[in-house]
Amino acid sequence: MNGIAQDRPTEHAASRWPRPLRRGPMEAVATVLIAAGVLMLLQPFALVLYTYSFVTTLAGVVMFTIVSKFPD
Amino acid sequence: MTEQTGLSGLVDRAALVTPPVVARRVRGLSERAIAWLFITPTMLLLLAINIFPLIWTIRLSFTNYRANRPNATVLDVGLANYQSILTDPDVWAAMTVTARFVFWSILIQTVLGFTLAWLIDKKFRGHGLWTTLILLPMMLSPAVVGNFWTFLYQPQIGLFNYVISALTGAPASSFQMLAQVPLAPWAIVIVDTWMWTPYVMLICLAGLRSIPDYIYEAAEVDRASPWRQFWSITLPMALPFIMLAVLFRGIENFKMFDMVNLLTGGGPGSTTEVASITLKREAFEKWRTGYSSAFAIILFVTVFGLANIYVKALNRVKSR
Repeated sequence: MNGIAQDRPTEHAASRWPRPLRRGPMEAVATVLIAAGVLMLLQPFALVLYTYSFVTTLAGVVMFTIVSKFPD
Repeated sequence: MTEQTGLSGLVDRAALVTPPVVARRVRGLSERAIAWLFITPTMLLLLAINIFPLIWTIRLSFTNYRANRPNATVLDVGLANYQSILTDPDVWAAMTVTARFVFWSILIQTVLGFTLAWLIDKKFRGHGLWTTLILLPMMLSPAVVGNFWTFLYQPQIGLFNYVISALTGAPASSFQMLAQVPLAPWAIVIVDTWMWTPYVMLICLAGLRSIPDYIYEAAEVDRASPWRQFWSITLPMALPFIMLAVLFRGIENFKMFDMVNLLTGGGPGSTTEVASITLKREAFEKWRTGYSSAFAIILFVTVFGLANIYVKALNRVKSR
């Protein structure tokens, strides 16, 4: 009984949360950013990509940390 | 029963020797307070050895601090260290060396590891003994492995050169694995593969053993060939485990230091100078502590990002 009462607000919050801003898709975006940042850091083709790699990875990591708290 | 009696006896003895003042104080504490009492030492230790150095490194990365000049004035340089690292072609070269090393190590380890796991999964006669023998290199210390392979690679007395000589007909002393520019990176890839393929094999073996037999039985009923079964059942179902192994080895190889330092020290020239060797040179040979702190933070953020993806992949495999 208690468990059901506790689940209700979470479910309600999740149903009100916009679908594209839910944890799954947002984590996917963050993962793509991290992967892109790592690839930019390690590629041997363009110095400019290497220069912006850290910012990209950092953005991905910060985003991942934040969106992992979002409802499913 | 005996255990319970022993435990209660121990508790009674502990109660007898506890001074009454302390006993009264402990009895007065809530469960939450006692829980905090137990975890506080661990948390303080964690803060002291993990969190504080990290925060201190972040702070130093914005300064021109040099550890060999502790009395010199420390100036705030803002993002200059980061800017310098991220526009330096030499550091970029070290990153590309790291990338090449990571790519080839992972590719060879994954192919060999999966093949070995597939063979071990067949449960042939003596497969237990073979599994133990294959796992042995993984259990050795990298320092031991580094020294051991330095001897094996010796052009005059090394076993590796003699084996290659026997296979190819080239004289054993005609090539030096650790001192020649085209061979040195491969020397490190070979050692890393020798040491860590068993680990990839173990993860792949877990993936292969998790595939239920009834799927293969259904495929047999449908007259699917072994080749078809491999491509349509074995590989797709073991793929999350393979990805897990790739990600974990990627993270480990990205921050690899000990083996490279022992085998080549980054040489010849800067052929095998991976990112962690550059970091060591900046920090402990040139003593640019602020600069190397910024470099360490860049590597840390990259590894942390990859670790996030790793944990996500791990959860996905667990939920399967």
